[in-house]
Amino acid sequence: MYVAVKGGERAIDNAHAWLAEERRGDTAVAELTVAQIREQMSLAVNRVMAEGSLYDPDLAALAIKQSRGDLIEAIFLIRAYRTTLPRIGHAEPVDTGAMACDRRISATFKDVPGGQVLGPTFDYTHRLLDFALEAEGLDPRAETAAPQEGEMPRVTEYLDRDGLIQAEEHSDEAPPDMTRQPMEYPAGRPLRLQALTRGDEGFVLSMAYSTQRGYGRNHPFVGELRIGRVSVEMDIPELGFAVDIGEVTLTECETVNQFTGSRTEPAQFTRGYGLVFGQTERKAISMALVDRALRWEELGEDSEGAPAQDEEFVLAHADNIQATGFLEHIKLPHYVDFQSELELVRKLRREAAQSDMKEAAE
Amino acid sequence: MTTTAPEITPKSAARKGWMSLLAKARPAELAALMRDVPAPGFVWLRPPQIGGVMLRGRMGGTGAPFNLGEMTVTRCALKLDSGEVGHAYVQGRDKTHAERAAVVDALMQTDRAEVIREAVLAPLDEAATTRAGARAAKAAATKVDFFTMVRGED
Repeated sequence: MYVAVKGGERAIDNAHAWLAEERRGDTAVAELTVAQIREQMSLAVNRVMAEGSLYDPDLAALAIKQSRGDLIEAIFLIRAYRTTLPRIGHAEPVDTGAMACDRRISATFKDVPGGQVLGPTFDYTHRLLDFALEAEGLDPRAETAAPQEGEMPRVTEYLDRDGLIQAEEHSDEAPPDMTRQPMEYPAGRPLRLQALTRGDEGFVLSMAYSTQRGYGRNHPFVGELRIGRVSVEMDIPELGFAVDIGEVTLTECETVNQFTGSRTEPAQFTRGYGLVFGQTERKAISMALVDRALRWEELGEDSEGAPAQDEEFVLAHADNIQATGFLEHIKLPHYVDFQSELELVRKLRREAAQSDMKEAAE
Repeated sequence: MTTTAPEITPKSAARKGWMSLLAKARPAELAALMRDVPAPGFVWLRPPQIGGVMLRGRMGGTGAPFNLGEMTVTRCALKLDSGEVGHAYVQGRDKTHAERAAVVDALMQTDRAEVIREAVLAPLDEAATTRAGARAAKAAATKVDFFTMVRGED
Protein backbone atom coordinates (compact mmCIF):
# COMPACT_ATOMS: atom_id res chain seq x y z
CA MET A 1 0.00 0.00 0.00
CA TYR A 2 1.23 3.47 -0.85
CA VAL A 3 0.30 6.53 1.16
CA ALA A 4 1.21 9.93 -0.22
CA VAL A 5 3.54 11.73 2.12
CA LYS A 6 3.98 15.46 1.81
CA GLY A 7 6.62 17.72 3.27
CA GLY A 8 10.37 17.92 3.08
CA GLU A 9 10.47 20.25 0.06
CA ARG A 10 12.52 22.88 1.87
CA ALA A 11 14.95 20.27 3.20
CA ILE A 12 15.32 18.79 -0.30
CA ASP A 13 15.92 22.18 -1.94
CA ASN A 14 18.53 23.05 0.66
CA ALA A 15 20.20 19.66 0.31
CA HIS A 16 20.52 20.23 -3.43
CA ALA A 17 21.90 23.73 -2.91
CA TRP A 18 24.53 22.31 -0.60
CA LEU A 19 25.26 19.55 -3.12
CA ALA A 20 25.97 22.24 -5.73
CA GLU A 21 28.34 24.01 -3.36
CA GLU A 22 30.14 20.79 -2.45
CA ARG A 23 30.39 19.89 -6.13
CA ARG A 24 32.24 23.14 -6.73
CA GLY A 25 34.58 22.52 -3.80
CA ASP A 26 37.04 25.13 -2.61
CA THR A 27 36.49 28.24 -4.76
CA ALA A 28 40.15 29.15 -4.28
CA VAL A 29 40.85 26.24 -6.64
CA ALA A 30 40.09 26.81 -10.33
CA GLU A 31 36.85 25.28 -11.59
CA LEU A 32 37.05 22.29 -13.97
CA THR A 33 35.65 22.89 -17.44
CA VAL A 34 33.77 20.22 -19.36
CA ALA A 35 36.46 20.41 -22.06
CA GLN A 36 39.16 19.72 -19.45
CA ILE A 37 37.31 16.61 -18.29
CA ARG A 38 36.78 15.48 -21.89
CA GLU A 39 40.46 15.88 -22.75
CA GLN A 40 42.20 14.91 -19.51
CA MET A 41 39.82 12.38 -17.93
CA SER A 42 39.22 10.69 -21.26
CA LEU A 43 39.15 7.11 -19.98
CA ALA A 44 36.45 8.05 -17.46
CA VAL A 45 34.59 9.72 -20.34
CA ASN A 46 34.97 6.51 -22.36
CA ARG A 47 33.55 4.39 -19.58
CA VAL A 48 30.56 6.68 -19.16
CA MET A 49 29.88 6.55 -22.92
CA ALA A 50 30.21 2.76 -23.01
CA GLU A 51 27.98 2.02 -20.04
CA GLY A 52 25.68 4.97 -20.70
CA SER A 53 25.37 3.43 -24.17
CA LEU A 54 25.60 6.82 -25.88
CA TYR A 55 28.64 8.00 -27.82
CA ASP A 56 29.03 11.73 -27.10
CA PRO A 57 32.24 12.75 -25.30
CA ASP A 58 30.98 16.24 -24.38
CA LEU A 59 27.83 14.90 -22.76
CA ALA A 60 29.77 12.24 -20.87
CA ALA A 61 32.20 14.89 -19.59
CA LEU A 62 29.31 17.08 -18.47
CA ALA A 63 27.76 14.11 -16.68
CA ILE A 64 31.04 13.44 -14.86
CA LYS A 65 31.22 17.06 -13.74
CA GLN A 66 27.60 17.05 -12.58
CA SER A 67 28.01 13.76 -10.71
CA ARG A 68 31.16 14.93 -8.90
CA GLY A 69 33.08 12.08 -10.51
CA ASP A 70 30.64 9.35 -9.41
CA LEU A 71 30.75 7.39 -12.67
CA ILE A 72 27.66 5.28 -12.04
CA GLU A 73 25.71 8.49 -11.31
CA ALA A 74 27.16 9.95 -14.54
CA ILE A 75 26.09 6.84 -16.48
CA PHE A 76 22.62 7.24 -14.95
CA LEU A 77 22.46 10.84 -16.24
CA ILE A 78 23.48 9.71 -19.73
CA ARG A 79 20.94 6.88 -19.76
CA ALA A 80 18.22 9.32 -18.69
CA TYR A 81 19.22 11.78 -21.43
CA ARG A 82 19.35 8.98 -24.00
CA THR A 83 15.70 8.16 -23.43
CA THR A 84 14.75 11.73 -24.47
CA LEU A 85 16.43 11.38 -27.88
CA PRO A 86 14.25 10.51 -30.85
CA ARG A 87 15.71 7.47 -32.62
CA ILE A 88 16.76 8.67 -36.07
CA GLY A 89 17.66 5.21 -37.26
CA HIS A 90 20.44 2.67 -37.16
CA ALA A 91 23.85 2.66 -38.75
CA GLU A 92 25.40 -0.05 -40.88
CA PRO A 93 27.54 -2.45 -38.83
CA VAL A 94 30.95 -0.86 -38.34
CA ASP A 95 33.88 -2.31 -40.26
CA THR A 96 36.49 -2.85 -37.57
CA GLY A 97 38.80 -4.41 -40.18
CA ALA A 98 39.18 -0.90 -41.65
CA MET A 99 39.93 0.66 -38.25
CA ALA A 100 42.58 3.42 -38.09
CA CYS A 101 44.44 1.71 -35.25
CA ASP A 102 46.14 3.56 -32.41
CA ARG A 103 46.90 0.21 -30.86
CA ARG A 104 46.89 -3.31 -32.18
CA ILE A 105 48.46 -6.26 -30.43
CA SER A 106 48.24 -10.01 -30.65
CA ALA A 107 49.18 -12.38 -27.85
CA THR A 108 49.11 -15.36 -30.21
CA PHE A 109 51.23 -14.35 -33.20
CA LYS A 110 54.42 -12.40 -32.68
CA ASP A 111 55.04 -11.60 -36.33
CA VAL A 112 51.52 -10.70 -37.35
CA PRO A 113 51.33 -8.62 -40.56
CA GLY A 114 50.93 -4.98 -39.57
CA GLY A 115 52.97 -5.66 -36.47
CA GLN A 116 52.48 -5.23 -32.75
CA VAL A 117 51.56 -1.57 -32.22
CA LEU A 118 51.47 -0.65 -28.54
CA GLY A 119 49.73 2.72 -28.74
CA PRO A 120 49.20 4.94 -25.68
CA THR A 121 49.13 2.12 -23.12
CA PHE A 122 49.60 1.76 -19.36
CA ASP A 123 51.20 -1.64 -20.05
CA TYR A 124 54.89 -1.81 -19.09
CA THR A 125 54.62 1.29 -16.88
CA HIS A 126 55.91 0.66 -13.37
CA ARG A 127 52.76 1.80 -11.61
CA LEU A 128 54.76 4.19 -9.49
CA LEU A 129 53.14 7.53 -8.70
CA ASP A 130 54.59 10.19 -10.94
CA PHE A 131 55.06 13.27 -8.78
CA ALA A 132 56.11 15.26 -11.84
CA LEU A 133 52.40 15.39 -12.70
CA GLU A 134 51.85 17.58 -9.62
CA ALA A 135 53.59 20.34 -11.51
CA GLU A 136 51.63 22.27 -14.09
CA GLY A 137 52.63 23.35 -17.56
CA LEU A 138 54.02 20.01 -18.67
CA ASP A 139 54.11 19.69 -22.43
CA PRO A 140 54.66 16.01 -23.20
CA ARG A 141 55.34 15.09 -26.81
CA ALA A 142 54.87 11.72 -28.48
CA GLU A 143 57.54 10.35 -30.76
CA THR A 144 56.61 9.83 -34.39
CA ALA A 145 57.70 7.53 -37.19
CA ALA A 146 56.70 7.08 -40.81
CA PRO A 147 53.06 5.89 -40.80
CA GLN A 148 52.51 2.29 -41.83
CA GLU A 149 51.23 1.62 -45.29
CA GLY A 150 48.65 -1.01 -46.02
CA GLU A 151 46.07 -2.95 -44.14
CA MET A 152 45.96 -4.26 -40.61
CA PRO A 153 44.55 -7.71 -41.32
CA ARG A 154 42.51 -9.44 -38.68
CA VAL A 155 44.52 -12.09 -36.82
CA THR A 156 41.62 -14.54 -36.74
CA GLU A 157 41.41 -14.31 -40.53
CA TYR A 158 44.60 -16.38 -40.77
CA LEU A 159 43.15 -19.12 -38.60
CA ASP A 160 39.84 -18.87 -40.40
CA ARG A 161 41.47 -19.26 -43.80
CA ASP A 162 42.91 -22.60 -42.73
CA GLY A 163 39.68 -23.68 -41.08
CA LEU A 164 41.42 -23.75 -37.70
CA ILE A 165 38.84 -21.54 -35.99
CA GLN A 166 35.07 -21.72 -35.94
CA ALA A 167 33.77 -19.47 -38.76
CA GLU A 168 31.50 -16.52 -38.03
CA GLU A 169 28.41 -16.84 -40.17
CA HIS A 170 27.92 -13.57 -42.03
CA SER A 171 24.37 -12.28 -42.04
CA ASP A 172 22.48 -9.02 -42.32
CA GLU A 173 19.62 -10.00 -40.08
CA ALA A 174 18.37 -7.08 -37.97
CA PRO A 175 19.44 -7.77 -34.37
CA PRO A 176 17.03 -7.53 -31.42
CA ASP A 177 17.35 -4.35 -29.35
CA MET A 178 17.11 -4.55 -25.55
CA THR A 179 16.35 -0.82 -25.38
CA ARG A 180 13.19 -1.40 -27.40
CA GLN A 181 11.83 -4.68 -26.10
CA PRO A 182 12.03 -6.33 -22.68
CA MET A 183 14.69 -8.99 -22.18
CA GLU A 184 13.56 -12.54 -22.69
CA TYR A 185 15.55 -15.66 -22.00
CA PRO A 186 17.16 -17.44 -23.72
CA ALA A 187 18.43 -14.17 -25.13
CA GLY A 188 20.69 -15.30 -27.98
CA ARG A 189 24.13 -13.99 -28.80
CA PRO A 190 23.23 -10.59 -30.39
CA LEU A 191 21.28 -9.55 -27.29
CA ARG A 192 23.99 -10.92 -24.99
CA LEU A 193 26.63 -8.83 -26.75
CA GLN A 194 24.47 -5.71 -26.51
CA ALA A 195 23.95 -6.29 -22.79
CA LEU A 196 27.64 -6.98 -22.18
CA THR A 197 28.97 -3.97 -24.07
CA ARG A 198 26.86 -1.62 -21.90
CA GLY A 199 27.28 -3.73 -18.76
CA ASP A 200 29.16 -2.62 -15.66
CA GLU A 201 32.91 -2.90 -16.18
CA GLY A 202 33.49 -4.23 -12.67
CA PHE A 203 30.81 -6.87 -13.00
CA VAL A 204 31.88 -8.05 -16.45
CA LEU A 205 35.53 -8.09 -15.28
CA SER A 206 34.68 -10.22 -12.26
CA MET A 207 32.62 -12.64 -14.32
CA ALA A 208 35.50 -12.95 -16.81
CA TYR A 209 37.96 -13.44 -13.96
CA SER A 210 35.80 -16.20 -12.50
CA THR A 211 36.15 -18.15 -15.76
CA GLN A 212 39.93 -17.78 -15.55
CA ARG A 213 39.88 -19.12 -12.01
CA GLY A 214 38.01 -22.23 -13.09
CA TYR A 215 34.30 -21.45 -12.94
CA GLY A 216 33.50 -22.19 -16.58
CA ARG A 217 37.06 -22.22 -17.83
CA ASN A 218 37.51 -21.60 -21.56
CA HIS A 219 41.27 -21.18 -22.05
CA PRO A 220 41.37 -17.78 -23.76
CA PHE A 221 44.21 -16.24 -25.74
CA VAL A 222 43.92 -12.64 -26.85
CA GLY A 223 44.13 -13.29 -30.57
CA GLU A 224 43.89 -9.60 -31.20
CA LEU A 225 43.16 -6.38 -29.40
CA ARG A 226 42.72 -3.23 -31.45
CA ILE A 227 41.81 0.33 -30.54
CA GLY A 228 41.15 3.05 -33.06
CA ARG A 229 38.68 5.00 -35.09
CA VAL A 230 36.05 3.65 -37.44
CA SER A 231 33.61 5.50 -39.66
CA VAL A 232 29.90 5.20 -38.96
CA GLU A 233 27.86 4.82 -42.12
CA MET A 234 24.10 5.16 -42.31
CA ASP A 235 21.62 4.66 -45.10
CA ILE A 236 19.84 7.96 -45.75
CA PRO A 237 16.37 7.14 -47.06
CA GLU A 238 15.76 10.58 -48.60
CA LEU A 239 18.97 10.26 -50.63
CA GLY A 240 18.85 6.60 -51.52
CA PHE A 241 22.46 5.96 -50.55
CA ALA A 242 24.57 5.69 -47.43
CA VAL A 243 26.89 8.40 -46.06
CA ASP A 244 29.31 8.55 -43.17
CA ILE A 245 27.60 10.35 -40.32
CA GLY A 246 30.53 10.30 -37.93
CA GLU A 247 33.55 8.57 -36.54
CA VAL A 248 33.88 6.73 -33.23
CA THR A 249 36.75 5.25 -31.25
CA LEU A 250 36.20 1.59 -30.39
CA THR A 251 38.09 -1.18 -28.65
CA GLU A 252 37.79 -4.65 -30.14
CA CYS A 253 39.01 -7.88 -28.60
CA GLU A 254 38.95 -11.24 -30.29
CA THR A 255 39.84 -14.22 -28.18
CA VAL A 256 40.91 -17.58 -29.48
CA ASN A 257 39.61 -20.24 -27.12
CA GLN A 258 39.74 -23.91 -26.38
CA PHE A 259 38.83 -26.06 -29.28
CA THR A 260 35.89 -28.23 -29.98
CA GLY A 261 35.71 -31.19 -32.29
CA SER A 262 33.87 -34.41 -32.70
CA ARG A 263 33.93 -37.58 -34.70
CA THR A 264 32.44 -35.73 -37.67
CA GLU A 265 34.17 -32.38 -37.30
CA PRO A 266 37.91 -31.78 -37.02
CA ALA A 267 39.28 -29.92 -34.00
CA GLN A 268 38.80 -26.15 -34.20
CA PHE A 269 39.45 -23.18 -31.98
CA THR A 270 36.44 -21.17 -30.86
CA ARG A 271 35.94 -17.44 -30.41
CA GLY A 272 34.88 -14.85 -27.90
CA TYR A 273 34.18 -11.29 -28.98
CA GLY A 274 34.29 -7.92 -27.29
CA LEU A 275 33.53 -4.53 -28.85
CA VAL A 276 33.15 -1.45 -26.66
CA PHE A 277 32.89 2.34 -27.14
CA GLY A 278 36.11 4.26 -26.53
CA GLN A 279 39.52 3.12 -25.33
CA THR A 280 38.24 0.51 -22.89
CA GLU A 281 40.41 -2.57 -23.24
CA ARG A 282 39.85 -4.11 -19.80
CA LYS A 283 36.15 -4.12 -20.56
CA ALA A 284 36.58 -5.43 -24.12
CA ILE A 285 38.74 -8.37 -23.00
CA SER A 286 36.31 -9.14 -20.18
CA MET A 287 33.39 -9.01 -22.60
CA ALA A 288 35.10 -11.48 -24.93
CA LEU A 289 35.70 -13.97 -22.11
CA VAL A 290 32.14 -13.75 -20.85
CA ASP A 291 30.76 -13.95 -24.39
CA ARG A 292 32.71 -17.17 -24.86
CA ALA A 293 31.58 -18.61 -21.53
CA LEU A 294 27.93 -17.96 -22.42
CA ARG A 295 28.30 -19.77 -25.75
CA TRP A 296 28.67 -23.23 -24.17
CA GLU A 297 25.34 -24.46 -25.45
CA GLU A 298 25.68 -23.38 -29.09
CA LEU A 299 29.19 -24.88 -29.16
CA GLY A 300 27.88 -28.19 -27.88
CA GLU A 301 29.64 -28.10 -24.53
CA ASP A 302 28.30 -29.25 -21.19
CA SER A 303 27.52 -26.53 -18.68
CA GLU A 304 29.49 -26.70 -15.47
CA GLY A 305 26.77 -24.64 -13.85
CA ALA A 306 29.27 -21.82 -13.39
CA PRO A 307 27.86 -18.31 -12.82
CA ALA A 308 29.51 -16.98 -16.01
CA GLN A 309 27.74 -19.69 -18.04
CA ASP A 310 24.32 -18.71 -16.70
CA GLU A 311 22.89 -16.31 -19.26
CA GLU A 312 20.07 -15.03 -17.10
CA PHE A 313 22.33 -14.54 -14.09
CA VAL A 314 24.91 -12.60 -16.10
CA LEU A 315 22.57 -10.47 -18.19
CA ALA A 316 20.12 -9.68 -15.41
CA HIS A 317 22.90 -8.40 -13.16
CA ALA A 318 25.31 -6.74 -15.59
CA ASP A 319 23.50 -3.41 -15.75
CA ASN A 320 24.73 -1.05 -13.06
CA ILE A 321 21.83 1.38 -13.51
CA GLN A 322 19.21 -1.31 -12.91
CA ALA A 323 21.29 -2.62 -10.03
CA THR A 324 21.88 0.72 -8.37
CA GLY A 325 18.28 1.79 -8.89
CA PHE A 326 16.97 -1.24 -7.05
CA LEU A 327 19.69 -1.20 -4.43
CA GLU A 328 19.49 2.50 -3.62
CA HIS A 329 15.71 2.69 -3.53
CA ILE A 330 15.75 0.90 -0.19
CA LYS A 331 17.18 4.02 1.46
CA LEU A 332 14.17 6.09 0.38
CA PRO A 333 11.18 6.39 2.72
CA HIS A 334 9.56 3.02 3.42
CA TYR A 335 7.73 4.27 6.50
CA VAL A 336 4.44 2.52 5.77
CA ASP A 337 6.08 -0.79 4.80
CA PHE A 338 8.16 -0.66 7.91
CA GLN A 339 5.24 0.34 10.16
CA SER A 340 3.31 -2.73 9.03
CA GLU A 341 6.31 -5.00 9.68
CA LEU A 342 6.79 -3.40 13.07
CA GLU A 343 3.13 -3.96 13.84
CA LEU A 344 3.49 -7.63 12.85
CA VAL A 345 6.56 -8.17 15.03
CA ARG A 346 4.79 -6.54 18.00
CA LYS A 347 1.76 -8.75 17.43
CA LEU A 348 3.89 -11.93 17.28
CA ARG A 349 5.67 -10.95 20.47
CA ARG A 350 2.36 -10.17 22.19
CA GLU A 351 0.95 -13.56 21.18
CA ALA A 352 4.09 -15.34 22.31
CA ALA A 353 3.98 -13.54 25.67
CA GLN A 354 0.32 -14.40 26.13
CA SER A 355 0.85 -18.10 25.43
CA ASP A 356 3.80 -18.10 27.85
CA MET A 357 1.58 -16.61 30.55
CA LYS A 358 -1.08 -19.18 29.74
CA GLU A 359 1.42 -22.06 30.08
CA ALA A 360 2.74 -20.63 33.35
CA ALA A 361 -0.80 -20.38 34.71
CA GLU A 362 -1.63 -23.99 33.78
CA MET B 1 32.41 -5.05 -45.05
CA THR B 2 29.18 -3.14 -45.82
CA THR B 3 27.63 -5.47 -48.34
CA THR B 4 24.22 -3.85 -48.24
CA ALA B 5 25.21 -0.67 -50.11
CA PRO B 6 23.80 -0.84 -53.63
CA GLU B 7 25.71 0.46 -56.65
CA ILE B 8 25.52 4.24 -56.76
CA THR B 9 25.99 6.70 -59.60
CA PRO B 10 29.21 8.75 -59.82
CA LYS B 11 27.16 11.85 -58.98
CA SER B 12 25.82 10.21 -55.83
CA ALA B 13 29.28 8.91 -54.99
CA ALA B 14 30.66 12.47 -55.12
CA ARG B 15 27.85 13.72 -52.91
CA LYS B 16 28.39 10.85 -50.50
CA GLY B 17 32.02 11.93 -50.32
CA TRP B 18 31.39 15.54 -49.35
CA MET B 19 28.50 14.73 -47.00
CA SER B 20 30.73 12.22 -45.18
CA LEU B 21 33.51 14.78 -44.95
CA LEU B 22 31.12 17.42 -43.56
CA ALA B 23 29.63 15.00 -41.01
CA LYS B 24 33.04 14.20 -39.56
CA ALA B 25 34.45 17.75 -39.72
CA ARG B 26 35.17 19.64 -36.51
CA PRO B 27 32.33 22.16 -36.10
CA ALA B 28 34.79 25.00 -35.39
CA GLU B 29 36.78 24.20 -38.54
CA LEU B 30 33.72 24.27 -40.77
CA ALA B 31 32.50 27.47 -39.11
CA ALA B 32 35.85 29.19 -39.75
CA LEU B 33 35.91 28.13 -43.40
CA MET B 34 32.33 29.28 -43.96
CA ARG B 35 33.01 32.78 -42.68
CA ASP B 36 34.07 34.00 -46.14
CA VAL B 37 31.34 32.15 -48.02
CA PRO B 38 28.40 34.48 -48.80
CA ALA B 39 25.41 32.94 -47.00
CA PRO B 40 22.66 31.98 -49.45
CA GLY B 41 18.99 32.47 -48.68
CA PHE B 42 17.09 29.29 -47.82
CA VAL B 43 13.97 27.88 -46.20
CA TRP B 44 13.92 24.91 -43.83
CA LEU B 45 12.46 21.68 -45.10
CA ARG B 46 13.36 20.10 -41.77
CA PRO B 47 14.85 22.34 -39.09
CA PRO B 48 17.80 20.84 -37.20
CA GLN B 49 16.76 17.92 -35.02
CA ILE B 50 18.98 16.17 -32.47
CA GLY B 51 18.50 12.44 -32.17
CA GLY B 52 20.17 9.11 -31.58
CA VAL B 53 21.40 6.59 -34.11
CA MET B 54 21.93 2.99 -33.03
CA LEU B 55 25.39 1.74 -33.94
CA ARG B 56 25.98 -1.90 -34.76
CA GLY B 57 28.90 -4.24 -34.69
CA ARG B 58 29.40 -7.72 -36.08
CA MET B 59 30.19 -10.83 -34.04
CA GLY B 60 33.83 -11.63 -34.51
CA GLY B 61 34.08 -8.47 -36.63
CA THR B 62 32.59 -10.19 -39.68
CA GLY B 63 29.58 -12.23 -38.53
CA ALA B 64 25.97 -11.39 -37.69
CA PRO B 65 25.14 -7.84 -36.49
CA PHE B 66 24.37 -6.79 -32.90
CA ASN B 67 23.45 -3.44 -31.38
CA LEU B 68 26.41 -1.61 -29.88
CA GLY B 69 24.88 1.58 -28.47
CA GLU B 70 23.73 4.92 -29.76
CA MET B 71 25.48 8.07 -30.89
CA THR B 72 24.14 11.62 -31.02
CA VAL B 73 23.39 12.93 -34.48
CA THR B 74 21.88 16.20 -35.74
CA ARG B 75 20.06 16.24 -39.05
CA CYS B 76 18.35 18.90 -41.12
CA ALA B 77 17.21 19.65 -44.65
CA LEU B 78 16.85 22.99 -46.39
CA LYS B 79 16.06 24.45 -49.80
CA LEU B 80 18.02 27.33 -51.28
CA ASP B 81 16.11 30.21 -52.82
CA SER B 82 17.55 28.97 -56.11
CA GLY B 83 15.83 25.60 -55.56
CA GLU B 84 18.62 23.17 -54.60
CA VAL B 85 17.95 20.92 -51.61
CA GLY B 86 20.69 20.33 -49.04
CA HIS B 87 20.72 17.54 -46.47
CA ALA B 88 22.92 17.04 -43.43
CA TYR B 89 23.43 14.20 -40.94
CA VAL B 90 26.29 15.19 -38.65
CA GLN B 91 27.74 13.68 -35.50
CA GLY B 92 26.98 15.45 -32.22
CA ARG B 93 24.45 18.03 -31.10
CA ASP B 94 25.59 21.20 -32.86
CA LYS B 95 22.63 22.57 -34.82
CA THR B 96 24.62 25.31 -36.53
CA HIS B 97 27.09 22.66 -37.69
CA ALA B 98 24.23 20.71 -39.29
CA GLU B 99 22.94 23.91 -40.90
CA ARG B 100 26.35 24.74 -42.37
CA ALA B 101 26.75 21.18 -43.67
CA ALA B 102 23.35 21.30 -45.37
CA VAL B 103 24.13 24.70 -46.90
CA VAL B 104 27.38 23.34 -48.33
CA ASP B 105 25.56 20.24 -49.62
CA ALA B 106 23.07 22.47 -51.42
CA LEU B 107 25.71 24.89 -52.76
CA MET B 108 27.68 21.94 -54.16
CA GLN B 109 24.73 21.35 -56.50
CA THR B 110 24.87 24.91 -57.87
CA ASP B 111 27.31 26.57 -60.28
CA ARG B 112 29.29 27.72 -57.23
CA ALA B 113 30.37 24.11 -56.60
CA GLU B 114 33.99 24.58 -57.65
CA VAL B 115 34.42 27.67 -55.46
CA ILE B 116 32.93 25.86 -52.47
CA ARG B 117 35.10 22.82 -53.11
CA GLU B 118 38.21 25.01 -53.05
CA ALA B 119 37.20 27.16 -50.11
CA VAL B 120 35.57 24.60 -47.82
CA LEU B 121 35.86 20.95 -48.80
CA ALA B 122 39.53 20.88 -49.80
CA PRO B 123 40.75 22.45 -46.52
CA LEU B 124 38.44 20.15 -44.50
CA ASP B 125 39.80 17.13 -46.30
CA GLU B 126 43.34 18.29 -45.71
CA ALA B 127 42.69 18.86 -42.01
CA ALA B 128 41.19 15.36 -41.69
CA THR B 129 44.14 13.80 -43.50
CA THR B 130 46.61 15.70 -41.33
CA ARG B 131 44.83 14.63 -38.13
CA ALA B 132 44.74 10.99 -39.17
CA GLY B 133 48.35 11.14 -40.33
CA ALA B 134 49.52 12.59 -37.01
CA ARG B 135 47.95 9.72 -35.07
CA ALA B 136 49.23 7.13 -37.51
CA ALA B 137 52.76 8.55 -37.09
CA LYS B 138 52.54 8.29 -33.29
CA ALA B 139 51.17 4.74 -33.56
CA ALA B 140 54.00 3.78 -35.93
CA ALA B 141 56.55 4.96 -33.35
CA THR B 142 55.12 2.43 -30.86
CA LYS B 143 55.46 -0.55 -33.21
CA VAL B 144 57.58 -3.26 -31.64
CA ASP B 145 60.76 -4.27 -33.42
CA PHE B 146 61.53 -7.75 -32.21
CA PHE B 147 65.09 -8.89 -32.32
CA THR B 148 66.20 -12.37 -31.53
CA MET B 149 69.50 -13.14 -29.85
CA VAL B 150 69.95 -16.52 -31.46
CA ARG B 151 68.18 -17.28 -34.66
CA GLY B 152 67.15 -20.70 -35.87
CA GLU B 153 68.40 -22.56 -38.89
CA ASP B 154 67.72 -19.81 -41.44
